[in-house]
Amino acid sequence: MNYRTLWRKSVNAVMFSLTGLATVLTVSVLFFILGYLVWYGGRAINWDFFTKLPKPVGETGGGMANAIVGSVKLLLLATLTGVPIGFMGGVYLAEFGGKTFSFLLRYTTDLLNGVPSIVMGIFAYTMVVLPMKHFSTLAGGLALGVMMIPIAVRSTEEFLRTVPVTLREGALALGACKWKAITTVVIPAAIRGILTGIILDLARVAGETAPLLFTAFNNRFWSPGWNQPTASLPVMIFTYAIAPYEDWHRQAWAAGLVLLGLVLLTNITARVVLARKLSSAAG
Amino acid sequence: MGVTMDPLLVTATAGKDQPEKSRTTHPAKTQAKLRVVDLNFYYGKVQALHAISLDIAANRITALIGPSGCGKSTFLRSLNRMHEMVRHARAEGQILLDNQNALEMEVSQLRRRVGMVFQKSNPFPKSIFDNVAYGLRVNGLKGKGTLREAVERSLVRAALWDEVKDKLHKSAYAISGGQQQRLCIARALAVDPEVLLLDEPCSALDPIATAKIEELLFELKNQCTIVIVTHNMQQAARVADFTGFFLLGELIEFNETGIIFKTPAKKETEDYITGRFG
Repeated sequence: MNYRTLWRKSVNAVMFSLTGLATVLTVSVLFFILGYLVWYGGRAINWDFFTKLPKPVGETGGGMANAIVGSVKLLLLATLTGVPIGFMGGVYLAEFGGKTFSFLLRYTTDLLNGVPSIVMGIFAYTMVVLPMKHFSTLAGGLALGVMMIPIAVRSTEEFLRTVPVTLREGALALGACKWKAITTVVIPAAIRGILTGIILDLARVAGETAPLLFTAFNNRFWSPGWNQPTASLPVMIFTYAIAPYEDWHRQAWAAGLVLLGLVLLTNITARVVLARKLSSAAG
Repeated sequence: MGVTMDPLLVTATAGKDQPEKSRTTHPAKTQAKLRVVDLNFYYGKVQALHAISLDIAANRITALIGPSGCGKSTFLRSLNRMHEMVRHARAEGQILLDNQNALEMEVSQLRRRVGMVFQKSNPFPKSIFDNVAYGLRVNGLKGKGTLREAVERSLVRAALWDEVKDKLHKSAYAISGGQQQRLCIARALAVDPEVLLLDEPCSALDPIATAKIEELLFELKNQCTIVIVTHNMQQAARVADFTGFFLLGELIEFNETGIIFKTPAKKETEDYITGRFG
Protein backbone atom coordinates (compact mmCIF):
# COMPACT_ATOMS: atom_id res chain seq x y z
CA MET A 1 0.00 0.00 0.00
CA ASN A 2 1.48 3.31 -0.94
CA TYR A 3 1.62 6.37 1.24
CA ARG A 4 -1.35 8.19 -0.31
CA THR A 5 -3.73 5.29 0.10
CA LEU A 6 -2.62 4.83 3.67
CA TRP A 7 -3.17 8.52 4.38
CA ARG A 8 -6.63 8.48 2.83
CA LYS A 9 -7.61 5.40 4.74
CA SER A 10 -6.50 6.82 8.04
CA VAL A 11 -8.29 10.15 7.42
CA ASN A 12 -11.37 8.15 6.55
CA ALA A 13 -11.10 6.13 9.75
CA VAL A 14 -10.56 9.19 11.94
CA MET A 15 -13.48 11.11 10.45
CA PHE A 16 -15.71 8.08 10.69
CA SER A 17 -14.88 7.63 14.38
CA LEU A 18 -15.41 11.34 15.11
CA THR A 19 -18.84 11.51 13.50
CA GLY A 20 -19.76 8.18 15.10
CA LEU A 21 -18.70 9.41 18.50
CA ALA A 22 -20.77 12.59 18.11
CA THR A 23 -23.82 10.51 17.17
CA VAL A 24 -23.39 8.20 20.15
CA LEU A 25 -23.02 11.21 22.46
CA THR A 26 -26.16 12.87 21.12
CA VAL A 27 -28.27 9.76 21.41
CA SER A 28 -26.91 8.82 24.81
CA VAL A 29 -27.71 12.25 26.26
CA LEU A 30 -31.28 11.79 25.06
CA PHE A 31 -31.54 8.32 26.55
CA PHE A 32 -29.91 9.48 29.76
CA ILE A 33 -32.52 12.21 30.21
CA LEU A 34 -35.38 9.91 29.28
CA GLY A 35 -34.12 7.16 31.57
CA TYR A 36 -33.65 9.53 34.46
CA LEU A 37 -37.14 10.94 33.98
CA VAL A 38 -38.79 7.54 33.74
CA TRP A 39 -36.80 6.23 36.73
CA TYR A 40 -37.50 9.08 39.14
CA GLY A 41 -40.88 10.10 37.72
CA GLY A 42 -42.09 6.52 37.54
CA ARG A 43 -41.34 5.97 41.23
CA ALA A 44 -43.22 9.09 42.27
CA ILE A 45 -46.25 8.70 40.05
CA ASN A 46 -49.48 7.22 41.35
CA TRP A 47 -53.23 7.46 40.82
CA ASP A 48 -53.53 10.37 43.25
CA PHE A 49 -51.18 12.38 41.09
CA PHE A 50 -53.77 12.41 38.29
CA THR A 51 -56.87 12.85 40.42
CA LYS A 52 -56.04 15.02 43.44
CA LEU A 53 -55.27 18.68 43.96
CA PRO A 54 -51.95 19.70 45.55
CA LYS A 55 -51.89 19.32 49.34
CA PRO A 56 -51.21 22.36 51.51
CA VAL A 57 -47.55 23.04 52.24
CA GLY A 58 -46.21 20.65 54.84
CA GLU A 59 -48.52 17.74 54.07
CA THR A 60 -47.28 14.93 51.86
CA GLY A 61 -49.28 13.28 49.07
CA GLY A 62 -51.81 14.96 46.84
CA GLY A 63 -51.49 15.34 43.09
CA MET A 64 -51.47 17.74 40.17
CA ALA A 65 -54.82 17.11 38.53
CA ASN A 66 -55.38 20.84 38.17
CA ALA A 67 -52.00 21.36 36.51
CA ILE A 68 -52.59 18.53 34.03
CA VAL A 69 -55.95 19.97 33.02
CA GLY A 70 -54.42 23.46 33.05
CA SER A 71 -51.64 22.41 30.64
CA VAL A 72 -54.12 20.70 28.32
CA LYS A 73 -56.27 23.83 28.23
CA LEU A 74 -53.29 26.12 27.64
CA LEU A 75 -51.99 23.94 24.82
CA LEU A 76 -55.44 23.66 23.28
CA LEU A 77 -55.83 27.43 23.26
CA ALA A 78 -52.28 27.87 21.93
CA THR A 79 -52.96 25.40 19.10
CA LEU A 80 -56.28 26.99 18.22
CA THR A 81 -54.75 30.45 17.94
CA GLY A 82 -51.20 29.77 16.72
CA VAL A 83 -51.71 26.94 14.23
CA PRO A 84 -54.39 28.47 11.96
CA ILE A 85 -52.42 31.71 11.68
CA GLY A 86 -49.13 29.92 11.11
CA PHE A 87 -50.65 27.45 8.66
CA MET A 88 -52.30 30.14 6.55
CA GLY A 89 -49.10 32.17 6.60
CA GLY A 90 -47.18 29.12 5.41
CA VAL A 91 -49.65 28.54 2.58
CA TYR A 92 -49.25 32.16 1.54
CA LEU A 93 -45.46 31.96 1.54
CA ALA A 94 -45.34 28.69 -0.39
CA GLU A 95 -48.06 29.40 -2.92
CA PHE A 96 -48.68 33.10 -3.36
CA GLY A 97 -45.81 35.19 -2.01
CA GLY A 98 -43.83 37.44 -4.30
CA LYS A 99 -40.10 37.78 -3.99
CA THR A 100 -39.33 40.78 -1.78
CA PHE A 101 -42.38 40.59 0.43
CA SER A 102 -41.88 36.85 1.04
CA PHE A 103 -38.28 37.44 1.94
CA LEU A 104 -39.32 40.05 4.50
CA LEU A 105 -42.03 37.80 5.85
CA ARG A 106 -39.69 34.82 6.15
CA TYR A 107 -37.09 36.96 7.83
CA THR A 108 -39.52 38.38 10.38
CA THR A 109 -40.87 34.90 11.08
CA ASP A 110 -37.35 33.70 11.82
CA LEU A 111 -36.81 36.70 14.05
CA LEU A 112 -40.04 35.96 15.88
CA ASN A 113 -38.83 32.41 16.34
CA GLY A 114 -35.70 33.76 17.95
CA VAL A 115 -37.49 36.02 20.43
CA PRO A 116 -36.74 34.71 23.95
CA SER A 117 -39.80 33.08 25.46
CA ILE A 118 -39.73 35.35 28.48
CA VAL A 119 -40.16 38.32 26.15
CA MET A 120 -43.24 36.61 24.70
CA GLY A 121 -44.45 36.43 28.28
CA ILE A 122 -43.97 40.17 28.76
CA PHE A 123 -45.79 40.76 25.48
CA ALA A 124 -48.81 38.73 26.57
CA TYR A 125 -48.63 40.33 29.99
CA THR A 126 -48.85 43.80 28.46
CA MET A 127 -51.47 42.91 25.87
CA VAL A 128 -53.80 40.69 27.92
CA VAL A 129 -52.99 40.62 31.62
CA LEU A 130 -52.71 44.39 32.17
CA PRO A 131 -55.95 45.35 30.38
CA MET A 132 -57.83 42.50 32.07
CA LYS A 133 -56.17 43.26 35.39
CA HIS A 134 -55.66 39.59 36.29
CA PHE A 135 -53.71 36.49 35.28
CA SER A 136 -55.63 33.96 33.20
CA THR A 137 -55.56 30.77 31.13
CA LEU A 138 -56.43 33.03 28.22
CA ALA A 139 -53.28 35.11 28.60
CA GLY A 140 -51.06 32.04 28.98
CA GLY A 141 -52.65 30.28 26.01
CA LEU A 142 -52.22 33.34 23.80
CA ALA A 143 -48.57 33.72 24.83
CA LEU A 144 -47.92 30.09 23.84
CA GLY A 145 -50.00 30.54 20.69
CA VAL A 146 -47.84 33.41 19.46
CA MET A 147 -44.80 31.26 20.13
CA MET A 148 -46.23 28.53 17.91
CA ILE A 149 -46.71 30.77 14.88
CA PRO A 150 -43.15 30.87 13.45
CA ILE A 151 -42.58 27.13 13.40
CA ALA A 152 -46.09 26.52 12.05
CA VAL A 153 -45.38 29.00 9.23
CA ARG A 154 -42.01 27.60 8.29
CA SER A 155 -42.90 23.91 8.52
CA THR A 156 -46.08 24.42 6.50
CA GLU A 157 -44.14 26.34 3.88
CA GLU A 158 -41.32 23.79 3.67
CA PHE A 159 -43.64 20.81 3.33
CA LEU A 160 -45.82 22.51 0.73
CA ARG A 161 -42.69 23.24 -1.27
CA THR A 162 -41.83 19.54 -1.40
CA VAL A 163 -45.06 18.84 -3.31
CA PRO A 164 -43.98 18.34 -6.94
CA VAL A 165 -44.99 21.10 -9.34
CA THR A 166 -46.40 18.40 -11.63
CA LEU A 167 -49.25 17.81 -9.17
CA ARG A 168 -50.19 21.48 -9.24
CA GLU A 169 -50.03 21.44 -13.03
CA GLY A 170 -52.23 18.37 -13.12
CA ALA A 171 -54.92 20.05 -11.07
CA LEU A 172 -54.74 23.37 -12.95
CA ALA A 173 -54.85 21.58 -16.30
CA LEU A 174 -58.19 20.07 -15.29
CA GLY A 175 -59.67 23.52 -14.90
CA ALA A 176 -59.19 23.87 -11.16
CA CYS A 177 -58.51 27.40 -10.00
CA LYS A 178 -55.40 27.98 -7.95
CA TRP A 179 -57.12 27.93 -4.58
CA LYS A 180 -58.98 24.73 -5.44
CA ALA A 181 -55.74 23.07 -6.55
CA ILE A 182 -54.06 24.06 -3.29
CA THR A 183 -56.85 22.86 -1.03
CA THR A 184 -57.71 19.65 -2.84
CA VAL A 185 -54.33 18.45 -4.12
CA VAL A 186 -51.33 20.29 -2.73
CA ILE A 187 -52.26 20.43 0.97
CA PRO A 188 -53.50 16.81 1.11
CA ALA A 189 -50.21 15.73 -0.48
CA ALA A 190 -48.22 17.52 2.22
CA ILE A 191 -50.53 17.03 5.20
CA ARG A 192 -48.48 14.34 6.94
CA GLY A 193 -45.38 16.49 6.98
CA ILE A 194 -47.27 19.60 8.04
CA LEU A 195 -48.86 17.70 10.91
CA THR A 196 -45.48 16.40 12.05
CA GLY A 197 -44.18 19.96 12.07
CA ILE A 198 -47.14 21.18 14.09
CA ILE A 199 -46.75 18.39 16.66
CA LEU A 200 -43.08 19.25 17.09
CA ASP A 201 -44.20 22.84 17.48
CA LEU A 202 -46.68 21.80 20.17
CA ALA A 203 -44.07 19.68 21.93
CA ARG A 204 -41.79 22.68 22.02
CA VAL A 205 -44.27 25.06 23.66
CA ALA A 206 -45.62 22.33 25.96
CA GLY A 207 -42.49 22.69 28.06
CA GLU A 208 -42.34 26.49 28.04
CA THR A 209 -42.33 27.90 31.55
CA ALA A 210 -41.13 31.47 31.24
CA PRO A 211 -44.08 32.90 29.25
CA LEU A 212 -46.52 31.32 31.72
CA LEU A 213 -44.95 32.77 34.86
CA PHE A 214 -46.72 36.09 34.58
CA THR A 215 -49.59 35.22 32.23
CA ALA A 216 -51.21 32.02 33.47
CA PHE A 217 -49.39 32.40 36.79
CA ASN A 218 -50.17 29.44 39.04
CA ASN A 219 -53.02 28.12 41.09
CA ARG A 220 -53.22 25.47 43.80
CA PHE A 221 -56.90 24.89 43.02
CA TRP A 222 -59.04 24.23 40.00
CA SER A 223 -59.32 27.01 37.46
CA PRO A 224 -62.72 26.83 35.78
CA GLY A 225 -63.23 28.70 32.54
CA TRP A 226 -60.53 30.77 30.86
CA ASN A 227 -60.43 33.85 33.04
CA GLN A 228 -58.59 32.73 36.15
CA PRO A 229 -54.98 32.03 36.88
CA THR A 230 -54.20 28.37 36.27
CA ALA A 231 -51.65 25.79 37.27
CA SER A 232 -49.64 24.16 34.49
CA LEU A 233 -47.15 21.32 34.52
CA PRO A 234 -44.01 23.32 33.60
CA VAL A 235 -44.67 26.01 36.21
CA MET A 236 -45.46 23.33 38.79
CA ILE A 237 -42.19 21.57 37.98
CA PHE A 238 -40.37 24.86 38.44
CA THR A 239 -42.11 25.62 41.74
CA TYR A 240 -41.78 22.13 43.16
CA ALA A 241 -38.21 21.50 42.09
CA ILE A 242 -36.84 24.56 43.88
CA ALA A 243 -38.87 23.97 47.05
CA PRO A 244 -37.10 22.51 50.08
CA TYR A 245 -39.40 19.48 50.45
CA GLU A 246 -38.42 15.95 49.45
CA ASP A 247 -42.02 15.04 48.55
CA TRP A 248 -42.29 18.03 46.18
CA HIS A 249 -39.11 16.99 44.39
CA ARG A 250 -40.61 13.57 43.74
CA GLN A 251 -43.78 15.20 42.41
CA ALA A 252 -41.75 17.46 40.13
CA TRP A 253 -40.23 14.35 38.55
CA ALA A 254 -43.68 12.84 38.14
CA ALA A 255 -44.89 16.06 36.51
CA GLY A 256 -41.99 15.92 34.06
CA LEU A 257 -42.91 12.38 33.09
CA VAL A 258 -46.59 13.28 32.67
CA LEU A 259 -45.68 16.25 30.49
CA LEU A 260 -43.60 13.99 28.27
CA GLY A 261 -46.46 11.49 28.16
CA LEU A 262 -48.89 14.24 27.20
CA VAL A 263 -46.79 15.27 24.21
CA LEU A 264 -46.35 11.63 23.18
CA LEU A 265 -50.08 11.02 23.48
CA THR A 266 -50.89 14.03 21.28
CA ASN A 267 -48.39 12.81 18.74
CA ILE A 268 -49.83 9.29 18.59
CA THR A 269 -53.46 10.45 18.56
CA ALA A 270 -52.82 12.86 15.70
CA ARG A 271 -51.12 10.15 13.68
CA VAL A 272 -53.84 7.59 14.28
CA VAL A 273 -56.60 10.06 13.42
CA LEU A 274 -54.78 11.14 10.29
CA ALA A 275 -54.08 7.57 9.16
CA ARG A 276 -57.75 6.70 9.60
CA LYS A 277 -58.89 9.83 7.81
CA LEU A 278 -56.56 9.19 4.88
CA SER A 279 -57.58 5.57 4.50
CA SER A 280 -61.27 6.46 4.70
CA ALA A 281 -60.77 9.19 2.12
CA ALA A 282 -59.25 6.62 -0.20
CA GLY A 283 -61.74 3.90 0.61
CA MET B 1 -43.60 32.19 -47.95
CA GLY B 2 -45.09 28.76 -47.52
CA VAL B 3 -43.26 25.54 -48.03
CA THR B 4 -46.36 23.68 -49.04
CA MET B 5 -45.91 20.69 -51.24
CA ASP B 6 -49.40 19.37 -51.43
CA PRO B 7 -51.54 21.25 -53.97
CA LEU B 8 -54.61 20.43 -51.92
CA LEU B 9 -53.11 22.26 -49.00
CA VAL B 10 -52.31 25.26 -51.10
CA THR B 11 -55.90 25.67 -52.16
CA ALA B 12 -56.98 25.42 -48.58
CA THR B 13 -54.63 28.19 -47.54
CA ALA B 14 -55.66 30.50 -50.29
CA GLY B 15 -57.91 33.32 -49.29
CA LYS B 16 -56.87 33.44 -45.67
CA ASP B 17 -54.92 36.46 -44.71
CA GLN B 18 -51.60 35.42 -43.32
CA PRO B 19 -49.38 37.78 -41.38
CA GLU B 20 -46.23 38.70 -43.22
CA LYS B 21 -43.91 37.41 -40.51
CA SER B 22 -45.21 33.89 -40.32
CA ARG B 23 -42.83 31.52 -42.00
CA THR B 24 -44.87 28.42 -42.35
CA THR B 25 -48.56 28.17 -42.11
CA HIS B 26 -50.38 25.06 -42.92
CA PRO B 27 -53.97 24.32 -42.94
CA ALA B 28 -55.36 20.91 -42.67
CA LYS B 29 -57.66 19.29 -45.10
CA THR B 30 -60.17 19.08 -42.32
CA GLN B 31 -61.41 22.06 -40.41
CA ALA B 32 -58.94 23.71 -38.03
CA LYS B 33 -59.74 23.26 -34.37
CA LEU B 34 -56.95 25.46 -33.13
CA ARG B 35 -55.51 28.26 -35.17
CA VAL B 36 -52.29 29.83 -33.99
CA VAL B 37 -51.42 33.12 -35.63
CA ASP B 38 -48.08 34.83 -35.23
CA LEU B 39 -47.36 33.60 -31.73
CA ASN B 40 -44.34 35.11 -29.99
CA PHE B 41 -43.40 33.79 -26.59
CA TYR B 42 -41.09 35.31 -24.01
CA TYR B 43 -39.56 34.16 -20.75
CA GLY B 44 -38.76 37.57 -19.32
CA LYS B 45 -36.54 39.12 -21.98
CA VAL B 46 -35.65 35.86 -23.67
CA GLN B 47 -37.75 35.09 -26.69
CA ALA B 48 -38.57 31.38 -26.78
CA LEU B 49 -40.90 31.27 -29.77
CA HIS B 50 -40.68 33.38 -32.92
CA ALA B 51 -43.81 34.14 -34.92
CA ILE B 52 -45.31 30.69 -34.92
CA SER B 53 -48.35 30.21 -37.10
CA LEU B 54 -50.07 26.93 -37.71
CA ASP B 55 -53.47 25.33 -37.87
CA ILE B 56 -54.26 22.23 -35.86
CA ALA B 57 -56.78 20.04 -37.60
CA ALA B 58 -59.86 18.82 -35.81
CA ASN B 59 -59.95 15.10 -35.02
CA ARG B 60 -56.42 14.53 -36.20
CA ILE B 61 -53.18 13.86 -34.39
CA THR B 62 -50.58 16.57 -34.74
CA ALA B 63 -47.05 15.78 -33.60
CA LEU B 64 -44.44 18.37 -32.69
CA ILE B 65 -40.83 17.26 -32.98
CA GLY B 66 -37.48 18.94 -32.57
CA PRO B 67 -34.36 18.86 -30.41
CA SER B 68 -34.47 19.68 -26.69
CA GLY B 69 -34.98 23.36 -26.00
CA CYS B 70 -36.47 24.06 -29.40
CA GLY B 71 -39.67 25.42 -27.90
CA LYS B 72 -42.08 22.62 -28.75
CA SER B 73 -43.10 22.09 -25.13
CA THR B 74 -43.41 25.83 -24.61
CA PHE B 75 -45.64 25.99 -27.65
CA LEU B 76 -47.77 23.11 -26.40
CA ARG B 77 -48.14 24.66 -22.96
CA SER B 78 -49.17 27.99 -24.39
CA LEU B 79 -52.13 26.26 -26.07
CA ASN B 80 -53.90 25.84 -22.74
CA ARG B 81 -51.94 28.61 -21.05
CA MET B 82 -50.07 26.41 -18.59
CA HIS B 83 -47.20 28.85 -19.09
CA GLU B 84 -49.03 31.30 -16.84
CA MET B 85 -47.71 29.33 -13.88
CA VAL B 86 -44.25 30.55 -14.75
CA ARG B 87 -43.47 34.04 -13.62
CA HIS B 88 -42.56 36.54 -16.37
CA ALA B 89 -43.65 34.14 -19.11
CA ARG B 90 -45.92 35.73 -21.67
CA ALA B 91 -47.45 34.83 -24.99
CA GLU B 92 -48.23 37.40 -27.67
CA GLY B 93 -50.24 36.76 -30.77
CA GLN B 94 -53.38 34.82 -31.36
CA ILE B 95 -54.48 31.37 -30.40
CA LEU B 96 -57.96 30.71 -31.67
CA LEU B 97 -59.98 27.82 -30.37
CA ASP B 98 -63.00 27.50 -32.66
CA ASN B 99 -62.41 31.14 -33.56
CA GLN B 100 -62.49 32.26 -29.94
CA ASN B 101 -59.38 33.91 -28.59
CA ALA B 102 -57.89 31.43 -26.13
CA LEU B 103 -55.51 34.00 -24.68
CA GLU B 104 -58.41 36.11 -23.50
CA MET B 105 -60.74 33.35 -22.44
CA GLU B 106 -61.39 32.61 -18.77
CA VAL B 107 -58.45 30.33 -18.09
CA SER B 108 -60.15 27.50 -16.21
CA GLN B 109 -62.80 27.44 -18.94
CA LEU B 110 -60.07 27.09 -21.56
CA ARG B 111 -58.36 24.28 -19.67
CA ARG B 112 -61.59 22.35 -19.40
CA ARG B 113 -61.83 22.44 -23.18
CA VAL B 114 -58.13 21.87 -23.79
CA GLY B 115 -56.85 19.10 -21.52
CA MET B 116 -53.25 18.12 -20.93
CA VAL B 117 -51.24 15.01 -20.15
CA PHE B 118 -47.72 15.52 -18.86
CA GLN B 119 -44.36 13.91 -19.48
CA LYS B 120 -44.18 12.36 -16.04
CA SER B 121 -47.40 10.76 -14.93
CA ASN B 122 -48.75 12.86 -12.09
CA PRO B 123 -51.60 11.06 -10.36
CA PHE B 124 -52.86 12.84 -7.27
CA PRO B 125 -52.27 11.17 -3.91
CA LYS B 126 -55.86 9.96 -3.95
CA SER B 127 -57.69 6.81 -4.97
CA ILE B 128 -57.97 5.83 -8.64
CA PHE B 129 -61.63 6.79 -8.56
CA ASP B 130 -61.00 10.19 -7.00
CA ASN B 131 -58.26 10.90 -9.52
CA VAL B 132 -60.60 10.42 -12.46
CA ALA B 133 -63.45 12.20 -10.70
CA TYR B 134 -61.26 15.18 -9.80
CA GLY B 135 -61.92 17.28 -12.88
CA LEU B 136 -65.63 16.50 -12.75
CA ARG B 137 -65.88 17.52 -9.12
CA VAL B 138 -63.93 20.70 -9.75
CA ASN B 139 -66.46 21.48 -12.44
CA GLY B 140 -69.27 21.06 -9.98
CA LEU B 141 -70.51 17.60 -10.96
CA LYS B 142 -72.02 15.84 -7.99
CA GLY B 143 -74.03 12.72 -7.32
CA LYS B 144 -72.51 9.31 -6.75
CA GLY B 145 -74.26 7.63 -9.66
CA THR B 146 -73.32 10.28 -12.21
CA LEU B 147 -69.71 10.34 -11.04
CA ARG B 148 -69.41 6.56 -11.05
CA GLU B 149 -70.74 6.41 -14.59
CA ALA B 150 -68.43 9.16 -15.81
CA VAL B 151 -65.41 7.58 -14.13
CA GLU B 152 -66.14 4.21 -15.70
CA ARG B 153 -66.63 5.77 -19.13
CA SER B 154 -63.34 7.65 -18.91
CA LEU B 155 -61.41 4.61 -17.73
CA VAL B 156 -62.89 2.59 -20.58
CA ARG B 157 -61.89 5.30 -23.05
CA ALA B 158 -58.36 5.25 -21.64
CA ALA B 159 -58.30 1.43 -21.99
CA LEU B 160 -57.65 1.03 -18.29
CA TRP B 161 -61.04 -0.08 -16.98
CA ASP B 162 -60.41 -3.84 -17.09
CA GLU B 163 -57.13 -3.47 -15.23
CA VAL B 164 -58.39 -1.31 -12.39
CA LYS B 165 -62.12 -1.97 -12.06
CA ASP B 166 -61.57 -4.08 -8.93
CA LYS B 167 -59.33 -1.58 -7.21
CA LEU B 168 -60.95 1.77 -7.92
CA HIS B 169 -60.61 2.75 -4.30
CA LYS B 170 -56.96 1.81 -3.99
CA SER B 171 -54.30 4.50 -4.12
CA ALA B 172 -53.33 5.65 -7.60
CA TYR B 173 -49.72 4.98 -6.66
CA ALA B 174 -50.44 1.26 -6.36
CA ILE B 175 -50.55 0.73 -10.14
CA SER B 176 -47.68 0.54 -12.63
CA GLY B 177 -46.10 3.53 -14.37
CA GLY B 178 -47.81 2.79 -17.68
CA GLN B 179 -51.14 2.40 -15.94
CA GLN B 180 -50.57 5.65 -14.06
CA GLN B 181 -50.02 7.47 -17.33
CA ARG B 182 -53.23 6.01 -18.77
CA LEU B 183 -54.94 7.03 -15.52
CA CYS B 184 -53.78 10.58 -16.17
CA ILE B 185 -55.21 10.33 -19.69
CA ALA B 186 -58.49 9.03 -18.24
CA ARG B 187 -58.48 11.91 -15.78
CA ALA B 188 -58.01 14.39 -18.62
CA LEU B 189 -60.71 12.68 -20.71
CA ALA B 190 -63.24 12.72 -17.87
CA VAL B 191 -64.05 16.38 -18.45
CA ASP B 192 -64.62 15.70 -22.17
CA PRO B 193 -61.97 18.03 -23.56
CA GLU B 194 -62.21 19.10 -27.18
CA VAL B 195 -58.44 19.11 -27.52
CA LEU B 196 -55.96 16.86 -25.73
CA LEU B 197 -52.36 18.04 -25.40
CA LEU B 198 -49.72 15.43 -24.60
CA ASP B 199 -46.22 16.46 -23.58
CA GLU B 200 -43.93 13.50 -24.28
CA PRO B 201 -46.41 11.15 -22.63
CA CYS B 202 -44.37 8.01 -23.27
CA SER B 203 -40.87 9.15 -22.47
CA ALA B 204 -40.83 7.31 -19.14
CA LEU B 205 -42.61 4.20 -20.35
CA ASP B 206 -41.48 0.84 -21.70
CA PRO B 207 -42.32 -0.16 -25.31
CA ILE B 208 -45.38 -2.19 -24.34
CA ALA B 209 -46.94 0.63 -22.34
CA THR B 210 -46.00 3.02 -25.16
CA ALA B 211 -47.75 0.83 -27.72
CA LYS B 212 -50.89 0.81 -25.58
CA ILE B 213 -50.94 4.57 -25.38
CA GLU B 214 -50.36 4.99 -29.10
CA GLU B 215 -53.20 2.61 -29.81
CA LEU B 216 -55.32 4.64 -27.46
CA LEU B 217 -54.50 7.86 -29.30
CA PHE B 218 -55.76 6.36 -32.55
CA GLU B 219 -59.10 5.62 -30.97
CA LEU B 220 -59.33 8.95 -29.23
CA LYS B 221 -58.93 11.01 -32.35
CA ASN B 222 -62.49 10.24 -33.34
CA GLN B 223 -63.60 12.13 -30.27
CA CYS B 224 -61.08 14.88 -29.87
CA THR B 225 -58.20 16.74 -31.44
CA ILE B 226 -54.77 15.59 -30.29
CA VAL B 227 -51.47 17.43 -30.17
CA ILE B 228 -48.46 15.43 -29.02
CA VAL B 229 -44.92 16.55 -28.36
CA THR B 230 -42.44 13.73 -28.78
CA HIS B 231 -38.72 13.14 -28.87
CA ASN B 232 -39.30 9.85 -30.53
CA MET B 233 -39.48 10.32 -34.27
CA GLN B 234 -40.73 6.82 -34.91
CA GLN B 235 -43.58 7.65 -32.63
CA ALA B 236 -44.42 10.79 -34.57
CA ALA B 237 -44.25 8.81 -37.81
CA ARG B 238 -46.49 6.08 -36.38
CA VAL B 239 -49.25 8.10 -34.83
CA ALA B 240 -49.40 11.56 -36.32
CA ASP B 241 -51.40 12.84 -39.28
CA PHE B 242 -49.47 16.10 -39.27
CA THR B 243 -46.01 16.86 -37.99
CA GLY B 244 -44.34 20.15 -37.16
CA PHE B 245 -40.59 20.50 -36.80
CA PHE B 246 -39.34 23.11 -34.32
CA LEU B 247 -35.81 24.42 -34.16
CA LEU B 248 -34.51 27.24 -31.96
CA GLY B 249 -37.96 28.60 -31.27
CA GLU B 250 -39.09 28.59 -34.87
CA LEU B 251 -41.47 26.35 -36.70
CA ILE B 252 -39.25 25.23 -39.54
CA GLU B 253 -41.69 23.04 -41.33
CA PHE B 254 -45.22 21.81 -40.89
CA ASN B 255 -46.97 19.35 -43.14
CA GLU B 256 -48.51 15.96 -43.42
CA THR B 257 -46.45 13.43 -41.54
CA GLY B 258 -45.69 11.40 -44.67
CA ILE B 259 -44.28 14.42 -46.44
CA ILE B 260 -42.21 15.57 -43.45
CA PHE B 261 -40.58 12.18 -43.09
CA LYS B 262 -40.20 11.28 -46.73
CA THR B 263 -39.67 14.51 -48.62
CA PRO B 264 -39.04 17.34 -46.21
CA ALA B 265 -38.75 20.71 -47.89
CA LYS B 266 -36.11 22.13 -45.58
CA LYS B 267 -32.56 21.05 -45.10
CA GLU B 268 -32.81 21.41 -41.30
CA THR B 269 -35.78 19.07 -41.15
CA GLU B 270 -34.00 16.47 -43.22
CA ASP B 271 -30.87 16.73 -41.11
CA TYR B 272 -32.82 16.26 -37.91
CA ILE B 273 -34.90 13.40 -39.18
CA THR B 274 -31.95 11.54 -40.57
CA GLY B 275 -30.15 12.00 -37.28
CA ARG B 276 -27.41 14.36 -38.42
CA PHE B 277 -27.97 16.59 -35.42
CA GLY B 278 -30.21 17.16 -32.46
